[in-house]
Amino acid sequence: MQTPFGKETYLYWYEIMLLLRRFEEKTGQLYGMQKIRGFCHLYIGQEAVAAGTMTAIRDDDNMITAYRDHGLAIAKGMSPKECMAELYGKATGCTKGKGGSMHFFSKEKRFFGGHGIVGGQIGLGAGIAFADMYHNNDRVTVCYFGDGAARQGLLHETFNMAMLWNLPVIFVCENNYYAMGTSIERTSKTLDIYRLADAYDMPADSVDGMSCEEVHKAMERAVRRAREKGGPTFLEVKTYRYRGHSMSDPAKYRTKEEVEEYKDKDPINQVLKTIMDNKWATEAEIEAINEKVRQEVEESVQFAEESPWPDDSELYKDIYVDENYPYITD
Amino acid sequence: MSRIIPFRQALREAMQEEMRRDDSIFLMGEEVAQYNGAYKVSQGMLDEFGERRVIDTPIAELGFAAIAVGASSNGTRPIVEFMTWNFAVLALDQILNHAAKMVSMSGGQFSCPIVFRGPNGSAGQLGAQHSQAFESWYANIPGLKVISVSNPYDAKGLLKSAIRDNDPVVFMESEVMYGDEGEVPEEEYLIPIGKARIAREGNDVTIVSFNKMMKVALGAAEELAKEGISAEVIDLRTIRPLDWETIVNSVKKTNRLVIVEEQWPFASVSSEISYRVQKEAFDYLDAPIRRITSADTNMHYAPNLVAAYLPDVPRTVKLVKEVMYLVK
Ligand SMILES: Cc1ncc(C[n+]2csc(CCOP(=O)(O)OP(=O)(O)O)c2C)c(N)n1
Ligand SMILES: [Mg+2]
Repeated sequence: MQTPFGKETYLYWYEIMLLLRRFEEKTGQLYGMQKIRGFCHLYIGQEAVAAGTMTAIRDDDNMITAYRDHGLAIAKGMSPKECMAELYGKATGCTKGKGGSMHFFSKEKRFFGGHGIVGGQIGLGAGIAFADMYHNNDRVTVCYFGDGAARQGLLHETFNMAMLWNLPVIFVCENNYYAMGTSIERTSKTLDIYRLADAYDMPADSVDGMSCEEVHKAMERAVRRAREKGGPTFLEVKTYRYRGHSMSDPAKYRTKEEVEEYKDKDPINQVLKTIMDNKWATEAEIEAINEKVRQEVEESVQFAEESPWPDDSELYKDIYVDENYPYITD
Repeated sequence: MSRIIPFRQALREAMQEEMRRDDSIFLMGEEVAQYNGAYKVSQGMLDEFGERRVIDTPIAELGFAAIAVGASSNGTRPIVEFMTWNFAVLALDQILNHAAKMVSMSGGQFSCPIVFRGPNGSAGQLGAQHSQAFESWYANIPGLKVISVSNPYDAKGLLKSAIRDNDPVVFMESEVMYGDEGEVPEEEYLIPIGKARIAREGNDVTIVSFNKMMKVALGAAEELAKEGISAEVIDLRTIRPLDWETIVNSVKKTNRLVIVEEQWPFASVSSEISYRVQKEAFDYLDAPIRRITSADTNMHYAPNLVAAYLPDVPRTVKLVKEVMYLVK
């Protein structure tokens, strides 16, 4: 098979996607055991979006997304340990047990969060890009949101200003066809979400989100445009979540066949096939990657288990930067 | 005849009964129709009333609230379900700047007979953006009525009154109470807006609360009874207009007042009650009015920080003992 990408890229894609998959399979189990609480939304099935983005951006570029944030956060370089500890609510978590599943953040990795109010991050992403433009550096911001979020009014206000001010931002709609139980046909006449960009003359593309290659290529073009001060791009990435919306959703609104159809296009299998077809790795080498990932996930769970809860005094910390804020306590 | 039914069914019955008697009423919101409600409050309503009257919306709170407010000014009586009140913040402009002001701005020509309803407050380890209690926010707004219910009986009777009311009504439920069961009559009944309920009679101290914090108030009263302290517990049910007479009458009997609420402390419902009671019953108070609110912080995720954030029975009991000068 001819491919413009080399062995290293594929091996990276394979390992990172496998890590996200196994991390979240474990997350699902631990949720069932009530080790993890609250709302918890798995990314399983959508891993190629994260993997294909990562090979197209720089480490110092910015990322922001919604509550379905585990996959993008780990792909962006956050450690499975700090993420698992956060899911447990432990003091060693990526936000010290303050945010939980929906609100992963890492300033160091320039991961500007998991956000819980649908669509809110569309404007925030443009704002993060605004600051980079303001300081005249060449970072770009990748801003993810769902097909459901694409129906919020903020998208339109933001798209308009992002174009008006030529912001270095890439808007990525991860279209997994459902917003909770609502399929896209039931909430809009415009099924081609990428065409929402037309009204603002924003360059846009529809992308196969089950393919790391396609995500990478579209993202690379968009990143180049943003970095060279060519302004924003809107990518509608067609993907699929294998699991329900959150842990409490039995997903009765879709058929088994539909889910199977996407599993047949599973990005991890696709990438593995390319690796094997090109003889870029032996079975033993793949097994070694699998084992490494398995260990990493195991270690993250052990780390979370052994970590302490935050001290009760943390209740009054991280509300303000001001450490002497006079809270009302009675 | 009475039956025991869950909270969500009581709410559903209120909507169904009102929709059967008045064709101008429709239900609109995210996942209310085909999915049968995010919390199954509207289960079966699409089947009964059809797509004209049970309407799924996109995730566009500002937009569908605006459409409902507009429709309410032109001959319909919408019920707008917000998946939670946290998301209604996107629609606050429509509620505050439009619905609440329609009668005033039009010199009484136009009105907005509309109900905005949904679950309010915390529901476990949901983090800062999904755990907020908004009664005091909406109660601050002239032009709105605000109801916040604690049990299936009140939920049904008050929701029916809210739907029949000719002004915009904010109606607050709780995610964690939808499964709670309670006695609800077979026959039709309405509960008037603006009337509190004495949930438990007592003589030594008055505890005022509403919504799911009623569980804390009643739990504390139960604990106190074991120690021979008789607490009167008042469920506000309506926040605006506030039934301060019921509170004042109780305080005149008990001479002590503790308020338990899930609001943040600053300018909260307890702040308002405290002002009113000190003005109307100053000479009857034997101790300062005290309160337990949510912490003056955002809610964190970790379980111990959630527990530290919310009012609970032990702290309420301790506070009651303080106003009775039994402990320091
Ligand atoms: C403003 C707002 N409204 C409603 C919700 C409840 N809610 C959470 S996720 C969701 C569906 C979002 O779907 P989509 O944008 O397609 O993202 P996906 O979950 O598919 O990744 C809804 C309605 C919310 N969190 N915020
Ligand atoms: Mg979606």
